[in-house]
Amino acid sequence: MSDHLIIGDHATVGRHETFSYLPPLSREEIVEQILFILDNGWNASIEHEHPSRAFEYYWPMWKLPFFGVQDPEQLLTEIEACRRSYPDHHVRLVGYDTFAQTKGHAFLVHRAS
Amino acid sequence: MSTKTYDAGVKDYALTYWTPDYVPLDSDLLACFKVTPQANVPREEAAAAVAAESSTGTWTTVWSDLLTDLDYYKGRAYRIEDVPGDKESFYAFVAYPIDLFEEGSIVNVLTSLVGNVFGFKAVRHLRLEDIRFPLHYVKTCGGPPNGIQVERDRMDKYGRPFLGATVKPKLGLSAKNYGRAVYEMLRGGLDFTKDDENVNSQPFMRWQNRFEFVMEAVRKAQEETGERKGHYLNVTAPTCEEMFKRAEFAKELGAPIIMHDFLTGGFTANTSLANWCRDNGMLLHIHRAMHAVIDRHPKHGIHFRVLAKCLRLSGGDHLHTGTVVGKLEGDRRSTLGFVDAIRESFVPEDRSRGLFFDQDWGGMPGLLAVASGGIHVWHIPALVAIFGDDAVLQFGGGTQGHPWGNAAGAAANRVATEACIKARNEGVEVEQHAREILTDAARHSPELAAAMETWKEIKFEFDTVDKLDAA
Repeated sequence: MSDHLIIGDHATVGRHETFSYLPPLSREEIVEQILFILDNGWNASIEHEHPSRAFEYYWPMWKLPFFGVQDPEQLLTEIEACRRSYPDHHVRLVGYDTFAQTKGHAFLVHRAS
Repeated sequence: MSTKTYDAGVKDYALTYWTPDYVPLDSDLLACFKVTPQANVPREEAAAAVAAESSTGTWTTVWSDLLTDLDYYKGRAYRIEDVPGDKESFYAFVAYPIDLFEEGSIVNVLTSLVGNVFGFKAVRHLRLEDIRFPLHYVKTCGGPPNGIQVERDRMDKYGRPFLGATVKPKLGLSAKNYGRAVYEMLRGGLDFTKDDENVNSQPFMRWQNRFEFVMEAVRKAQEETGERKGHYLNVTAPTCEEMFKRAEFAKELGAPIIMHDFLTGGFTANTSLANWCRDNGMLLHIHRAMHAVIDRHPKHGIHFRVLAKCLRLSGGDHLHTGTVVGKLEGDRRSTLGFVDAIRESFVPEDRSRGLFFDQDWGGMPGLLAVASGGIHVWHIPALVAIFGDDAVLQFGGGTQGHPWGNAAGAAANRVATEACIKARNEGVEVEQHAREILTDAARHSPELAAAMETWKEIKFEFDTVDKLDAA
């Protein structure tokens, strides 16, 4: 029997960087990552963009980075509000690391269909 | 008024160069040597001889010594320590005045510190264990052309290590087949692929042909995945002119990153290339062929932590550090010591990690540590725990040896890495829970399941040859 019968195929699909090779995160899993961002002392921020422009560096910010916000529920509410305002956009959560002067974390929390 | 007179002949080095009361200046360059003297040579004399021969001294006095202020220029052996668990060797600490060295020249520093003195008869073996570069000197060097933060922003990768792979077989593929291997790995989920260090411009694949096919592979994989990708185009070449020609062509093709072998290519070429990269917005991956010739013997040569510090000053954005877990040499604590030395802005003395001095890098950017060699999906939890995010985990056979091929192998690496990062962020100890994390992730990834099955038995458990000194 040829090995080809048991060899699988890997199809290329569009991805969105960190965590895009895992199944979509549940609400509880998103809370865990928010807590990770806050525990590191990073500032959470929400960005969104239409899939046709997702490759670009800059996605529009939803409001401002949430400086000082420590409550994951508040961030979940903002993510939801962003998603409702831009139903055809991807939404991602970012953690700004002030000391490294870069993003400590960034991952998609809502994938536009 | 001078009180010195010329007295021809041979004097003990210790009379001039052993100064146990000396308090090093902040601006001194400090070095720690492991000295194994010849029988019957006192420690102080051997240490002083090393200080003398690596700075102003020669074997006899000369009249022209009196035309300058040697007390200003001489290196000084200022401390001697036992080597734990070793009766024949000792550590000698030497302070060099900063004006002994040309600004911004790693070449000049090494020519002085590890020049003639390593063949000197009074010592049987000699090893340069560590250097403290004063911040005054650091500021005269260019350093990494971009650094970790710039690379993350340019490649748009956050919150995880970068993933790479070296194209195999390392020699013999045609440029078009080679580009195929690159394309498959990048579309599968790796961020970078790499020319093997042996690949320069051989008859089977000339550099120009390789660069074109590889960049086509990068462009297409980037378009299809929506993620930024790169391939370390090796510009290591027989001459600097040829090296720059290749670098310019890589830029013309839109490559984000090129690569250089800093020891075989040499520090002069490396520093010039790093300067070019800084001016041209090009990332620079640094390979370290020949390092084991220099750094592996525990009593002779130069420890890799010194070579790594020298490279940070000369310039590079990635540096191979070994994996601790794979097929190549690496003691965990020692490796973490020099990984800090290339990534952090201030690295404190810590003998338990082989760091003999505080090292202040000021505002000089850090480099990504590259963990490469014999690693596969089962190593990923340990690699994430050891290296954290600011590293490139590089799987050669661990991507291309996947039973379904390169794309599936790449996807398996990526899934396993993301699963470990996610778990780590949730507070899970990923090394202890490696099996659960990978098994759970494999439920959604047949690529990972196949990789786990393929490599479940492979281990590399040879003892480390160069260990940290301990009683």
